Amino acid sequence: MFGELLKGLQTTLRYMFRPPVTVQYPDVKRPVRERFRGRHELKRFANGQERCIGCSLCSAACPADAILVVPAENNLEQPTSPGERYAATYEINMLRCIFCGYCEDACPTNAIVLEHQYELSFYDRQTSIYTKDMLLVPPDQGHGEIPPILTQLGDKRPSPPAQIDL
Amino acid sequence: MDDIVVQVLIMLVQVVVLVLAISTGFAYLTLFERRLLARMQNRVGPNRAGPGGFLQPAADAVKLFFKEDVIPTLVDRGVYLLAPALAVIPALLIWAVIPFGCLNIAGDYQACFADPATNPNLHNIFQLADIDIGVLYLLAITSIGVYGITLAGWASNSKYAMLGGIRASAQLISYELALSSAVLAAVMMAGTLSTHEVIYQQMTMWFVIPQLLGFVLFLISGTAELVRAPFDLVEAEQELTSGYNAEYGSMKFALFFMSEYIKMIAISAIAVTLYLGGWNAPGLELLGSLMTGMAGPLVGSIAVGLASFLVFLVKVVLILFLFVWMRASWPRVRYDKLMYMGWKWLLPLALLNVAMTAVFVVVLPDALIHSVALFVASLVVMAVAYVVSSRVKPAPSRSRIKMVQPEVPRRPSS
Repeated sequence: MFGELLKGLQTTLRYMFRPPVTVQYPDVKRPVRERFRGRHELKRFANGQERCIGCSLCSAACPADAILVVPAENNLEQPTSPGERYAATYEINMLRCIFCGYCEDACPTNAIVLEHQYELSFYDRQTSIYTKDMLLVPPDQGHGEIPPILTQLGDKRPSPPAQIDL
Repeated sequence: MDDIVVQVLIMLVQVVVLVLAISTGFAYLTLFERRLLARMQNRVGPNRAGPGGFLQPAADAVKLFFKEDVIPTLVDRGVYLLAPALAVIPALLIWAVIPFGCLNIAGDYQACFADPATNPNLHNIFQLADIDIGVLYLLAITSIGVYGITLAGWASNSKYAMLGGIRASAQLISYELALSSAVLAAVMMAGTLSTHEVIYQQMTMWFVIPQLLGFVLFLISGTAELVRAPFDLVEAEQELTSGYNAEYGSMKFALFFMSEYIKMIAISAIAVTLYLGGWNAPGLELLGSLMTGMAGPLVGSIAVGLASFLVFLVKVVLILFLFVWMRASWPRVRYDKLMYMGWKWLLPLALLNVAMTAVFVVVLPDALIHSVALFVASLVVMAVAYVVSSRVKPAPSRSRIKMVQPEVPRRPSS
């Protein structure tokens, strides 16, 4: 019995000299995995136009009903996005969102992407609704060319496939 | 007349400083324990408030002060309010007779190391009262603390608190005997009940050597007396939520917490005083003579005072480390096993130790010889106790529920 007691003491003493396994979170932030699903971002094309064409497929795919899209017609002189329409309002309720990534899958233009930011906390429910301004990346951070199918405005064009290969 | 006024004033200052110092010690003991425990469990522990968590105790205190002070409706109001005070005051009173250093303000360091019987010219301001029955006082005051716990459990009018209080009083009363008997043997070695004289008697050899068995018994029953792990059945969270203080909150809870931790420091200090030579360490006397030679007798005695206080502190912290270490390592003892151990092992061993000490001290008058003899005897007794305890079968269950072996149908042999 005393042997076991001493063994216990020995174990704790040995552990005392090991470095702790704790990650001291606000000071040290561990990098997340490549495919981590954190906060959404609304992407842009390389020329600065928004990728979102206001189709509301993300909203339809959302199992938690967290996304609200109100589309509007593009101004043809200064289009916000390629194609006919853009999202006038784009809101995600982060308290409803379950970070499943279905919106990402549903998006035909790869406009919405779940990125790596995970520090989402709010003091009240109102601030849990992320608006388009908050989600949209800056204009100089766009990527990729506009696919031709989105520029054939007014022409007789085939209906686009569910996922455009961009 | 003036002399008395000055003495009373000095006494008052001593008391205030002592109480403040002990409260600070309690606060930092909680931090010490939490950080140490965390390191033993591969964690970091509280390190956010101030550098290295240094302000954590202050943050805890502020939080507790601002908690709402709830008094449950059905409690026995007077006793409920009195119980925390009854718990914490004895814990503070213990410190009156513990010498935590030797600073002779008469300005003569040698008085600290001289025989107290022939040299009464010692005014040690690091000891509040050097009374003739110091050790007896310690035992009496440590036992009074159980009233606070019992009354808290009873006045709370809650079954958890009640059971916690009953467990606590049963445990404290059981281990009191072994504790006192262990102390008794040390007192017999010293031949005095004065704490200062006990330390003087250990100038040549610490009592931990002849009283090895007594020291071990003191540590075990002291841990039980403090209701700390592995004997912390009183606050067995699984069964009793948190025991006798379940119905207490805010500062009233803090007072119970405080009394437990102050008692923990006090038991460590008593162990140091009785077994580890108190504030004395080899080289202190040399330091005193060097400083007196260089800068006069007052500086010499102050140097000895501060150094002896430091020595005392280091020894106390070592014992506290042991307490925290045990808490980190061992699981809780079952309640019946606790009683079994207290009455059937610790008490007989303590009585044997008392008898052994008495016989050896009388038969072999030379201090060195009877110390060595007692050391050897202690080792033998502990070895025998170990062998016997590992052979003894556990006590049969007295439960009325019989464990029935299911009958396995036998296959007929062909």
